[in-house]
Amino acid sequence: MRRQQNNIFANIDWFLVLLFFSLVIFGWINIYAASSTNSDGSILNFSTRYGKQLIFIILTIPLIILILFLNSKFYEQFSSLLYLFSILLLAGVLVFGKKINGATSWYNFGGIGLQPSEFAKAFTALALAKLMSDRQYNLKLIKNQIKAFVIIFLPGFFIALQPDMGSVLIYFSFFFVLNREGLTLRYFTLGVTTIVLFLLTVYFGTTWVLVSSLVLITIIILYISYKNKQFIRFNWPVVLATYVALILFIAGVGYAYTNILKQHQKDRFDVLVGKIEDNSGIGYNTYQSEQTIKSGGFLGKGFLQGDRTQGNFVPEQDTDYIFSTVSEEWGFMGSSLVIILFMVLLYRIIYLSEKQTNKFSRIYGYGLVSILFFHVVVNIGMVIGLLPTIGIPLPFFSYGGSSLWGFTLLLFIFIRLDAHKKYDY
Amino acid sequence: MKRNFLLVFLVTLVGLIYVGRLFYLQVIIGGNKNPINSATVKIEYDYPERGYIYDRNNKLVVANQISYDVMIVPKEVKTLDTLEFCDLLKISKEKFLTKIRKFKNPKKYPPWLPDVFIKQVAKEDFAYLQEKLHKFDGFFIQKKIIRNYPMKSSANILGYLGEVNEREAKKSHYYSNRDLIGRWGVEKYYEKDLRGVKGRKHFKRDNLNRITGTYKDGKFDTLAVSGKDLMLTIDSDLQKYGELLMTGKRGGIVAIEPSSGEILALVTAPSYDPNLMVGRKRSANSIKLFGDSINNPTYDRGLQGAYSPGSPFKIINGLIGLQEGVIDKNTSVYCYGGYQYGKRKHEFMKCHCGIYGRPIKLKTAIAESCNSYFSETYRKIINKPNNTKIGFENWSNQVKSFGLGNFLGYDLPVGQKGLVPNTKFYDDRYNFGWRATTNISNAIGQGEILTTPIQLANATAAIANKGFYYTPHIVKKIDNQTINNEKFITKRNTSIEAKHFPEVIEAMHEVFKTGTGRYNQIKGIDICGKTGTVENFTRINGEKIQLKDHSILIAFAPKDNPKIAMAVFVENGGYGSTIAAPITSLMIEKYLTNAISRKNIEERMINLSLQNEYDKLIPKKDSIAPTTE
Repeated sequence: MRRQQNNIFANIDWFLVLLFFSLVIFGWINIYAASSTNSDGSILNFSTRYGKQLIFIILTIPLIILILFLNSKFYEQFSSLLYLFSILLLAGVLVFGKKINGATSWYNFGGIGLQPSEFAKAFTALALAKLMSDRQYNLKLIKNQIKAFVIIFLPGFFIALQPDMGSVLIYFSFFFVLNREGLTLRYFTLGVTTIVLFLLTVYFGTTWVLVSSLVLITIIILYISYKNKQFIRFNWPVVLATYVALILFIAGVGYAYTNILKQHQKDRFDVLVGKIEDNSGIGYNTYQSEQTIKSGGFLGKGFLQGDRTQGNFVPEQDTDYIFSTVSEEWGFMGSSLVIILFMVLLYRIIYLSEKQTNKFSRIYGYGLVSILFFHVVVNIGMVIGLLPTIGIPLPFFSYGGSSLWGFTLLLFIFIRLDAHKKYDY
Repeated sequence: MKRNFLLVFLVTLVGLIYVGRLFYLQVIIGGNKNPINSATVKIEYDYPERGYIYDRNNKLVVANQISYDVMIVPKEVKTLDTLEFCDLLKISKEKFLTKIRKFKNPKKYPPWLPDVFIKQVAKEDFAYLQEKLHKFDGFFIQKKIIRNYPMKSSANILGYLGEVNEREAKKSHYYSNRDLIGRWGVEKYYEKDLRGVKGRKHFKRDNLNRITGTYKDGKFDTLAVSGKDLMLTIDSDLQKYGELLMTGKRGGIVAIEPSSGEILALVTAPSYDPNLMVGRKRSANSIKLFGDSINNPTYDRGLQGAYSPGSPFKIINGLIGLQEGVIDKNTSVYCYGGYQYGKRKHEFMKCHCGIYGRPIKLKTAIAESCNSYFSETYRKIINKPNNTKIGFENWSNQVKSFGLGNFLGYDLPVGQKGLVPNTKFYDDRYNFGWRATTNISNAIGQGEILTTPIQLANATAAIANKGFYYTPHIVKKIDNQTINNEKFITKRNTSIEAKHFPEVIEAMHEVFKTGTGRYNQIKGIDICGKTGTVENFTRINGEKIQLKDHSILIAFAPKDNPKIAMAVFVENGGYGSTIAAPITSLMIEKYLTNAISRKNIEERMINLSLQNEYDKLIPKKDSIAPTTE
């Protein structure tokens, strides 16, 4: 056990560290391009966004060193405490936080903002790993499933109160963790069906979707009964329940959509499904983003040469829409490289997670990969016009200290846990 | 490893979809081919001054003038003292409010783009406006150069300018929306020379349309090239005189210099003052002028009016007869008040030559316009090869060699082909074996054949030149360089040998000495010509009605070394000798002597109005007169 301290740098996964720094540095280059448009000056100038971001990046190094030098057992032992701490922060921000753009998500410490929801993800992952790595824990039991759901959605609940719906959605990504540990795919199928039905209802209207899905389900049931003659006789409550659920859901969505959702939320879905096309109003972001990406072409326009980026055409181009800057200045080569880098990062984490002999580390690794995956999918999907406008940052890329440190925390705790396994035995 | 399949699968799937989407966006439909043509680059144009236009004697006929537009930037307009503002701009409050409302509609008017609020404010208001307008945010004055037509005539030649519309601008590589462009006449045909090339400056701009610097250090910037001045072949005095003579009539006068093909005058009547198509009332006037389907002032009768040529066409038939050797100057034809071209009684063409039962030779036939003589000649021409079709095709080709039956290729944007029928034309028309007598009316220019006044004038020039012509054209010099367009300096020969012309020219001279034009002689000038009186019909309520004849004349002068060849066409003017002949003679006198000795004829012609005749054609409506400023 003495070797542990000496060999820590020999045991960590340098490939992940390399990927981390590649993404962060390439990210900063693009933040520079996206935010240097109206100012010039030294890059360490704290008054510019790229200057601030550089300082945030430099500050990740002490954070990383701290994470790596703590004993890996620390994370397991203190996970509950850290989780409770983050819940307190999330609750506290509702009272002491600063309201920016209609959401109370920020603590303000003398000009420096801190967003507790960015850190809560890491601690939720730890808490979930702690819960599920218990030898007594069996995911087949509903009681245990509920415990897991509570851990996952408690932070989500507080974040929803801010309100920051984009960040709430992140917590749904923990489904992948539960799935890895044995939760049946039915939840997933149910979830996907729900989303598809929802979008179809928004697009085509309640009546049409209701009628056609009832027809479809009838055909499916008739087919199954044709194959399996006993089906209806033994499963009639299920069949009945399916019909009732379907009718209630679609009617409910139709009602909620017209009566409960706020106009700006409806608009986002309408723009996505193409029901309304408005390039200057609510569809402005997506339109500008797509135009910017298109104009990049195959090779891109070059660093600081993206005239749409330099003209600030895409709103939030150094935070949520940073990927449009990448696409314009570095072209298809750059934008697809970023996606490949993220894919490699995700594959690597999955691979390492599977190699963990410690259940806690494996579950945590899955938590990490799920969160990263969800962020990347939702953020880039939004920027390239495949998903509705949901404001969550692109990991390691988007401007912002809290988000950068949150992801650094997430990733390096895993690197630390991973390093431990190699010399534990 | 079984459990992690879902995430690995999803990561791969989403990765492929996203890369595919990027490939679609950036490689398949993206990659801006023209980087300048995007929202991020603002182009500022430097408009060069449009070229001036002069007549052949260096008189200024088209110039430029400065005008001032009051511009609006809708976004920058703040609350203002409406009363004071309306007072300043001399508009009513209602007009102001409707205009403001219009510009405040961001769907039609991008709020940050300047647009014209009030067009062309009066010059005397400008200084005062300039001083006061700065008080009102969002308004400014823009200097603009517009056309001015000091000659106040020749609208059909000069044309006018219009604004490029959005649809055209999208298609064009040069023009942008609201640029000025020549729409008719010389302004249109010589648009590229006159306009020059506008200079371009490129600026970077941001999402709020603010300029953030020059684009790529001015790599794509270009300098303006100024427009070229034109010198027309038109003699503006003659042109104006022609327009004066045509007062109250409909028709065209075309005068050409035979030795060069230069168009000396191109008159259409009725016409209008080209200044009507400039200025604040432009669009109102334009609607009136183009909507006037009764007088058709925007229809160039000199270029577009295709009429039967009538008797002047006999000269061409005579020449073809001589060329084909079916007649010579001594060939005689007897006329008994007409020409019996078939066995049946109605196959008879009347003749008014008045020489009953005496031999008529070519010279007399032309001078007295004998129908019988030319019918007989025509028949001989067609029947010469013993094959109607070959004979007719030959005749048709010889007629075409005078520039008839097709576009002449002059440098104005409108025209008519006219019609010279060929064998195929009659094969298609008749399902029986047609013969020369079937279309015997062609002999006297009354059949299917149609010509425009400019084609007739050109054919006259070819006769005056004894067998060749130059394609008529309207521009003499571009930027002080005499034009060297191959098209206009190539000699074009007719099918008639030079030796056949003197006899015909003598005969045409006889027309003005003793024939139908004898009352219109000018002392000291030998005019050669041929009058024509063209029957014409129209349909009113489905009924074919014969109208008063068109009065027509072709002429050139002097007989030796001709300086001017012309064709005059007056719709429903009656006999060629009563209207077309005096007009021709006055025009020739004006051009050759620059003075008019016969004031009484001049006065009679100017005052002669055929309006009563024209009114018969159409149910009376309130006449619409364009207004000028």
